[in-house]
Order: sequence, then C-alpha cells, then structure tokens
Amino acid sequence: MVNIIWFILIAIGIIYSILTGNISLINDEIILSGKSAFNLIISMLEVTVLWMGLLKIAETSGLLNKFAKIISPILSKLFPDVPKNHESLDYISSNVAANMMGLGSAATPFGLKAMQSLQNININKKEASDAMITFLVLNTSGVTIIPTTVIALRLAYNSINPAEIIITSIIATIISSISGLTLDYLIRRHHR
Amino acid sequence: MSSFIIPILILIIIFYGMYKKINIYEEFLSGAKEGLHLMYNIIPPILAMTFAINIFLKSNIINTTILILKPILSFIPIEVIPMAILRPISGTATLAVLSNIFSIYGPDSFVGRLASTIQGCTDTTIYVLALYFSSIKISKTRYALFVGLFADLMGIIASIIVVSLFF
Repeated sequence: MVNIIWFILIAIGIIYSILTGNISLINDEIILSGKSAFNLIISMLEVTVLWMGLLKIAETSGLLNKFAKIISPILSKLFPDVPKNHESLDYISSNVAANMMGLGSAATPFGLKAMQSLQNININKKEASDAMITFLVLNTSGVTIIPTTVIALRLAYNSINPAEIIITSIIATIISSISGLTLDYLIRRHHR
Repeated sequence: MSSFIIPILILIIIFYGMYKKINIYEEFLSGAKEGLHLMYNIIPPILAMTFAINIFLKSNIINTTILILKPILSFIPIEVIPMAILRPISGTATLAVLSNIFSIYGPDSFVGRLASTIQGCTDTTIYVLALYFSSIKISKTRYALFVGLFADLMGIIASIIVVSLFF
C-alpha cells in the first residue's frame, strides 16, 4: 500500500507538472528535497533520542507499566489479540498519553516502539496485524486534548481567545476516533 | 499551563527512577542509543516520503483537485478544502494553510475556528502510516489507509457541525 501511495504521489506530481509546463519547479524540488528531508530528520533525531532515553528510565523504574495499568482495561478491549501485560500496551498507552497532551513529536518515538513490539508478536511479518491497524487508527484520528500548535498559532495571530477551540477539537476528535475504531471493529469482525 | 507539562513529566520520571534506586543516567544512555538505532531505520522512509510529498505539492495539482472536488465537497466551506485534502499528507503544509487562513480571515472568524478545529482533531494519516509501517518493513497494510482516512473525514464533518453549533 505504501508502495502505491509513493508511486501515485510522484507519478501524478511529475506528469501533472509536465502537462502544465511547471517542470522547472519540480526540478528545483528534486534537488532541494534531500535538504528538507534532512532538516526534518535532524529535528526528529534530537527529540527521538531524548525521549527514548527518558522513556527507558520510565520503563526500567516501572513507571510506564504503572501508567499503562490505569488505561489497560480500555486498551485490552481495543486490542483483543495482544496478550495481557505485553510491553506493546505500555508503549501504546505512552503514545496515546503524549498525543493527548499535544506532544506530537514526543508521541512518535513511543509509536514507533509500539509498532516494533507489535511486529514481534505478528505472525506474518510482511502483513499488518489487526492490532497494528487499530493502533494506527487510534493514533491518526488524533486523540489530542490540548492542540498546542494550533493554540500557539492562534495566539500569534492575535486571537481574542486562543484556547476556545479546545472543546470543539475534543468533541470532533472523539467523534473521529469513535467512528474510525467502530469501522475497524466491523471490518475485523467481518474478516473472521 | 501547557509549558509545565513536559518539565513536570521529566521531573516525575527522574524522581521515580531515583526512588526505585535505578541508575537513571545509564538507563537514559541505553534508551538514547536505542533511539539512535530507531532513527537510523526510519531515515530512508522519511527521505522517501518527503521526496514524494514535496513533488506532489509542488506540482500544484491540489488547486485543480479542489476545483474538481468542489461540487462533491460542497458541504465543506471552500476556504478549508485545501486543509481537508492536505491534512492527511503533510503536517507542515497544513500549518502553512492554517496560518494563511488566519492572516486572511482572522483566527476568530468562522473559517478560522473551523480550520483550527480540523487541525486539532486529525493527524497526518498517510505520512504516519507510511512511516510506521516501513519502520518495521510491512508492505501489506490491508484496510489501514481506508479506515484512517474514513476517521479523518468523519473528523472534518464533525468539526463543521460542532463549530456551527458552538459559536
């Protein structure tokens, strides 16, 4: 699937700009693209390395597990295939917690770690497991409670009440997550 | 208020580590090393996706797509359609559209509030999916994209309804 997305993005991009005579823009982009990816990687690198370090402390001290226990009743319902007390549930709960607080960049390392440990218990290593898809839906439907970036941007544009969109965001997020998880559940049940 | 979250979280982590009598510095280093290894694995996917996404965005096809989708997406205010299309692909591109909306209509306008809510309620589904799955070398993603995009669409529809009712 990633294969097809990648193909479509590049093929459409290049063909469309040839047709519209904008190929010089694409040429610049091809040359500069490595640079923008590199900048993204560097900014991700420091955050990832730092948070993986802190996460390790929380993991060894048992703090992560303690936290995971609090939300594990919900998680075990969402991930019936994952064995109870499996480490992936700890990472998933950390990822969800970081997302909730609007710490998107801190959430990514936890998410990657969660995928890695879900892969360990995946039977077909080439194919996404049910649990992985549920986790992705949970992750991308955005369980943000405090959308920090948006609030900061609103503040920068002199909003009278920058935080007023918190409630609407939470309601929209919950609807988005619930509908995603419901569809995921229906598909999963249908496949059995 | 939110500026307290991260520092306090770090304080809790190190205090709890000391309380449990573990060598927090050594643990930090071993985790950081793991993080470095993790990054090493995701550099190629990040590079690949940034490359494809940037070519797609630079071709300006989004503007044509908006014209085509306008009749179908007529329930979405025209100003936020670029956001709705870009949101699953690129976080930085959506932020650029968002600040553009703020500068034209103001953050406290209906469109400004709606765009803020959309930004806050969904994530870069396609990018995250590509990154997460290629980090563990999964090629068959089954119905993941479909469900992810469905959740995004529901989030956008919910945003329109909630913002209309709320403000």
